[in-house]
Order: sequence, then C-alpha cells, then structure tokens
Amino acid sequence: MSDPAPRRTPLYEQHVDLGAKVVDFAGWEMPVSYEGIREEHSAVRTHVGMFDVSHMGEVEVEGPGALAFLQRVLSNDVARIELGGAQYSCLCNESGGVIDDLFTYRLGGDRYLVVTNAANHATDLAWLGRHSRAFDVHVRDVADRYAMLAVQGPHARAVLTAALKVELPPRFHISHPRIGGRPALVAGTGYTGEDGVEILLDPEIAVPIWVELLEAGVVPCGLGARDTLRLEVCFPLHGNDLTPERNPIEAGLGWCCKEETGFIGAEAIATARAEGTAEKLAPFRIEGPGIPREGNPVLAGGEAVGTVSSGTFSPSLEVGAGMAYLRSDLAEPGTELEIDVRGKHRPARVGSKPLYKRS
Amino acid sequence: MADQSYPEDLRYHEEHDWVRIEGEEATFGITWYAQDSLGEVVFYEGPEAGASVQKDSSYAEVESVKAVSDVIAPMSGEIVAINDALADAPELINTDPYGEGWLIKVKLSHPEEAEQLLGAAEYRKLLDS
Repeated sequence: MSDPAPRRTPLYEQHVDLGAKVVDFAGWEMPVSYEGIREEHSAVRTHVGMFDVSHMGEVEVEGPGALAFLQRVLSNDVARIELGGAQYSCLCNESGGVIDDLFTYRLGGDRYLVVTNAANHATDLAWLGRHSRAFDVHVRDVADRYAMLAVQGPHARAVLTAALKVELPPRFHISHPRIGGRPALVAGTGYTGEDGVEILLDPEIAVPIWVELLEAGVVPCGLGARDTLRLEVCFPLHGNDLTPERNPIEAGLGWCCKEETGFIGAEAIATARAEGTAEKLAPFRIEGPGIPREGNPVLAGGEAVGTVSSGTFSPSLEVGAGMAYLRSDLAEPGTELEIDVRGKHRPARVGSKPLYKRS
Repeated sequence: MADQSYPEDLRYHEEHDWVRIEGEEATFGITWYAQDSLGEVVFYEGPEAGASVQKDSSYAEVESVKAVSDVIAPMSGEIVAINDALADAPELINTDPYGEGWLIKVKLSHPEEAEQLLGAAEYRKLLDS
C-alpha cells in the first residue's frame, strides 16, 4: 500500500481507553478484542455487540450511467436494487476472479454507495475509476466522510431504537435518519449471522454515539470476534476465502452472479458454472482436539486434497472449525477429512452451511 | 483474567516461561505476560509424563482463538507430572497462570541451568524494554 503510516478511526482513543488490544489490520490500527474474544462473540450471539468498522471504504457512484456502469462491474443484477435497497455482489476481474466482495446501497435514482473492504479500497477505487470512463458517471472516494459502526445481535434493534430514537430499516434495506443531529445512513446488513444494522455516521459524531451505545449496554467487540462470528456462519472473508485467483463459483457465491447482465468476468464465470470447478470452498469442523489455521493442508485417505482458507476455534460450537478449498467431489457434507495442523493429522468432517445455526 | 504479576520466588525464561524450583524438582508454566499476549486459551496440548524436556526447546502448545504459541522449557529434565485439569479447563492458564494453570512438573537433570534464568526484577525489565 502507498501509505505506510498506520491509520486510525475516529474511535481509536475509545478503543485504547477501553483497554483494547490493538493490531495492524490492512494498514489500520484496529481493536482485536477488549475483554476477550469469547465474551464478545457470545454478546453478539445472545445480546448485542458493536464493532468499529470505520476502516471499511465507501465509494459513491452517481450519474445517468450509474446503473449501466455498476451492472458492468458488479456480478449481481444491480437493476434489482430498488430505492433504499441493499445488495451483495462480487467485483470480478476478466478471468472471473474476485477483486472484492461488497454491498451496494441505492441512495437515489441514479446514486449508489458501494462499501469496500479496507484492504481492497484503493484497488477497487482504481478499478472502478478505470472502467467508469466509458459511462456517464462520477466515481468518488467518500471513505473519509463516514465512520461506520456495526451493531449486531438479537437485541440490536430494540437497544438501538430505544437509545437513538430512530426507526431502523428492514433487512437488506437502508434508511436515512438523523443521528446525533447529523444525516446518517443505516443499513440492515451485517457480517455475524445475527440480526442487526450497520450505521454510517459523520466521523465527528462517532465518539458521542459510541459512548451512548456503550451506556445503553452494547458490548464493544473487536475484529477477533468479528472473524469467529462470520466464520461460524460461513461468510467468506476476502483475502482468505476469496481472492483474485478464485472465482465466485468455487467460493459458493454463484447465487450473487447474474451472468446475463454481462458484467466483467461473466464469461469465465458462466464457463465455471457450466463445467464445474476443480475445487470448492467447503465448511468443516474438527472432530476432537486441534484448531485449524489458514494454510493447513487438507488430506483425505492420506492424499492431499485441499487447503484451509480460514480456521479458528469456534466459540459457539466449542471446536476447531473453518473453511477449506477442497477437491470438488469431496466438498459434500459428511466427507471425512484430516487437517494437517502443524504436523498433527486432526480428523475433521465437511459440514453444511452455516456451521452454526441459531437454536 | 488474573492481574499482572511476576512472583519473586520464581525464575523466568526470556521466552515468557516461569519455573518454581523445589529441590531437584521444578514446576513449569507460562507468565502473565505470555497468557495476556495470547488471549483466552482454548486449547492446550502438552507432553506425557516420562518424556524429557530440553532447555530452550518447545515442549507444548497453547492456543487461543486467534493464535498458537510454542511453550519453551526453561530447564531440562524428565517430566514427572502433567496438569490433567488443563484438558478440560485450559482457561486456568489465564485465570491462575502461576497456580492452577501450571503445565508440567520436571525432575531436573541440570539444576545449574537455573543460573541462566532471570529473576522477577530482571524479567520485568525485559518486558519494559
């Protein structure tokens, strides 16, 4: 990346004051945990937690050609996003590889906001800028205009409604309430498998809103819990489970690819869909002790059959669990595997998505 | 989690391990700093009694949700006891790192190795540097 100095979100001082362990993540100094990953994880599964995700980027796309342009670069059918709607998509290269995975919100008739992963923001922006030239559209980096809080958990809506006195959008929709006297954007989206919202705020009011939510009993959660929560429900993470070398079909994201829209990469993806792929991303859990980690080799019958792309201890399942790219014929629930965890072969079994289901 | 502490009666290895020497035997564990850096321990895998450990070599693994760490032997010897409680309650390493969170007991083969270890004040200085 071009900027070597670590960046801080408007909430950095809050994290430090709360005693968070801070790590470098995609060039940002971010909290990995406050009280402990398991407690934070459990808060989101049973009550409500909040994550500072202000490191995520935002790109505004506006103009008469906005729909045609986004249809060209995003894998999903952008024409289906109604006003106030939200949609998940992949941003693909010509060979169908995933440059990023992202949500698009429709702010107005021909105005959209695309939310990028922090590590990919600069790449996405360059890609979008380059491909926008053929369209009557403006692509603007608006990452500095927003702080972002993800408030997630079964009580997220109740607690937020009471604390902020705002009406929240339904799942996969957005609303534009005023929060702290400033215009805000609230989306019924998240990355935890629980109900909740993501709030895009004026950075200047991020601290008072954060403090207000803390006082309302919302548990601050770090990137550690964000990772265990998403992995238990098999949401892929770009950089681990999604890469520019893998297409959405092998990643199990064929559902958000609408090749008939003619997006960049559609031909390669149509071929992958029709012919199948050599490997597929599959969730698994360890049967017994051991915690799988990214890069661990996967074996079946003593033969190398894949690689772990994400692995962790699952706080809800209380076992090692993860996702791996496996030879496609083995990527079926029930298949017995062995994960080579630093030389120890740990028995594992392919599961079905999501690994964690709400009881 | 326990509060930060480095008891005076222990000797310390710079890889963040402690040893409590009682005659020819010694108890090994990891320091408060080690468990705090790692986070909540969710898995511990140690050696069997009867195995030998070598100073400065790894003899066990502790894992938190996010990370795995080798545990380094501060001294050499033969393992005479292991902490069975850790199989079901690895979090004892966090809650009581110098007590119930001990890892192994060793019959020392080279008691003089203790001279190469750090005292509590020296270990604290290492952490501050």
